[in-house]
Amino acid sequence: MAEETRKNNPNAVEDISMYKKQSQFVQAWDRLRKNKVAIAGLVILVILILGGIFAEQLAPYGYDDQDVMRRFTAPCREFPFGTDNLGRCIYSRILYGARISLLIGFVATGMGAVAGTILGAFAGYYGSKTDNIIMRFCDVLQAIPSLLLAIAIAAALGSGLFNMMLAISIGAIPRYARTVRASILTVKDQEFIEAAHAIGASDARIILKHIFPNCLAPIIVQVTLGVAGSIINAASLSFIGLGVQAPTAEWGSMLSAGRQYVRDYWFVVMFPGLAIMTTILSLNLFGDGLRDALDPKLK
Amino acid sequence: MLKYTLKRLLMMIPVLLGVSFVVFLLMYISPGDPAKMILGEMAEAQEVEALRESLGLNNGFWERFFTYMKDIVLYGDLGISYTTREPVFTEVMERFPVTLRLASSGVLVALLIGVPCGIIAATRQYSIFDHVATVLSLLGNSMPAFWMGILLILVFSVQLGLLPSSGYSSAEYMILPALTLGTSSAAVIMRMTRSSMLEVIRQDYIRTARSKGQRESIVIYFHALKNALIPVITAVGLQFGMLLGGSILTETIFSIPGIGKLMVDSIKSRNYPVVQGGVLILAVVFSFVNLGVDLLYAFVDPRIKSQYKGAKKNRKAAEEEQEEDEEDLEEEV
Repeated sequence: MAEETRKNNPNAVEDISMYKKQSQFVQAWDRLRKNKVAIAGLVILVILILGGIFAEQLAPYGYDDQDVMRRFTAPCREFPFGTDNLGRCIYSRILYGARISLLIGFVATGMGAVAGTILGAFAGYYGSKTDNIIMRFCDVLQAIPSLLLAIAIAAALGSGLFNMMLAISIGAIPRYARTVRASILTVKDQEFIEAAHAIGASDARIILKHIFPNCLAPIIVQVTLGVAGSIINAASLSFIGLGVQAPTAEWGSMLSAGRQYVRDYWFVVMFPGLAIMTTILSLNLFGDGLRDALDPKLK
Repeated sequence: MLKYTLKRLLMMIPVLLGVSFVVFLLMYISPGDPAKMILGEMAEAQEVEALRESLGLNNGFWERFFTYMKDIVLYGDLGISYTTREPVFTEVMERFPVTLRLASSGVLVALLIGVPCGIIAATRQYSIFDHVATVLSLLGNSMPAFWMGILLILVFSVQLGLLPSSGYSSAEYMILPALTLGTSSAAVIMRMTRSSMLEVIRQDYIRTARSKGQRESIVIYFHALKNALIPVITAVGLQFGMLLGGSILTETIFSIPGIGKLMVDSIKSRNYPVVQGGVLILAVVFSFVNLGVDLLYAFVDPRIKSQYKGAKKNRKAAEEEQEEDEEDLEEEV
């Protein structure tokens, strides 16, 4: 009975004892579990992550094992996705590429999210001048489309894995800062914060212990969807030659390198492209589900 | 209304100053000596030194920044291209119409696909069309522009031989690039139209229109659409920025001589002033588009117009509300 009512109206609190035992995230996980599409996204994502981690064990060849005699071999038993212009196994390179792409996606988003959260927390908590300065900084970053900003930064810093992550993460800062600031503003004036002030808790303690847990849900959602954006931006940077340098396997640079052979050998671009698309799709599906699960009101 | 526009224009100044600072800073930390880049590696040290002096490269950071700003504001001077020795501003502006045309075609494609599909999906919720459209929009949203472009070339130029795969001379050449650029935005706009339409057609005034015997097509396309499109306009504005970024990739794939192609070529030849100039100009365009979208808002929605006109207090409240709405939208998108 209780279960049914909750399904129909997620906000109904007809049986308080049931809620006491569950944290916000256990409840969210319960809702997420019922969303088949989101779970499908999660499963694909986990498979991709495992593929990236265990690339050495899973890949039949190394990412730079060239065999010029066997250039452009069509997909066959030996090379499931065929070989590229240097005779490298595309399947193996995609597995190694998963490592790079996911690493960039998660690390760049993580850096952006941490920086954005800190800035947003300061802006929201201290208000007035601090708020003004930080938000104008965000305005400036947002006035430049994110891919453009990443290109400008990557061009200035030079190519390379870390520079690429840095370039992507800076463009992501404003959205996290805004999200965190907005949720802090809604929490800040509530009574439990006043109570914490009254018993003499420090600002840092209030932010970390009392405010932050209340802002976590929107940040998690933003991060999941943000990873997808970071991966696309990373692949785009590599595609125009600002990303990871050869011979490292990266999906964007594989596409870029294979582009000139597309007329004769479709598989050179087909599989790296499918890999990017699958990754982004799984992240989007999981992220959408997560948003619905963490915030039933938003739906 | 005019007052609001002026206020927004004034607010744009500090943001653009900030953007110029970021751009200058990036140029400042870029590796390589501009004087050497201009004169080539074989140049005499004395010559290089003279050029450094005349370009003001020996001055301090702030002095150089103020000169840079002064040149931009007074003369529209963004520096000199290392490769052609032409002013960056002329070089970028020559390419500007091409990029603008590409981005507009992209927006057009996105609107032509996104809005009708969104309306049909909403009016026939849970029908087969709705499900197919939802799945397609998810796929479209997950496709990076360059991958989409390559696929289109593979199908329409290589397999079917219908359309040219690169170049820029007639309208024919714009079809594939516009599709490439517009697809992912079409997906976003479709989702947006669908959800906002669903919300609107459940409102009382729609029931009133129906109960007085109004034809369903007029209810949907006249009564409902007008209100449903308001959030879509914001989405289009946001998408335009994405398209300006995306045009860099699209121009590279289809060899279209726009700002994006210029920037990518300049990155390869380490011609930083052109890269930074391109970023600056596109950021300015983006800011103006955003302003335009907000003003367009007022024309479409009289409620917002009255807020712009209202007392200062009202306006502040309205802006906060709008900001929240925009944040909600961004989250949804």
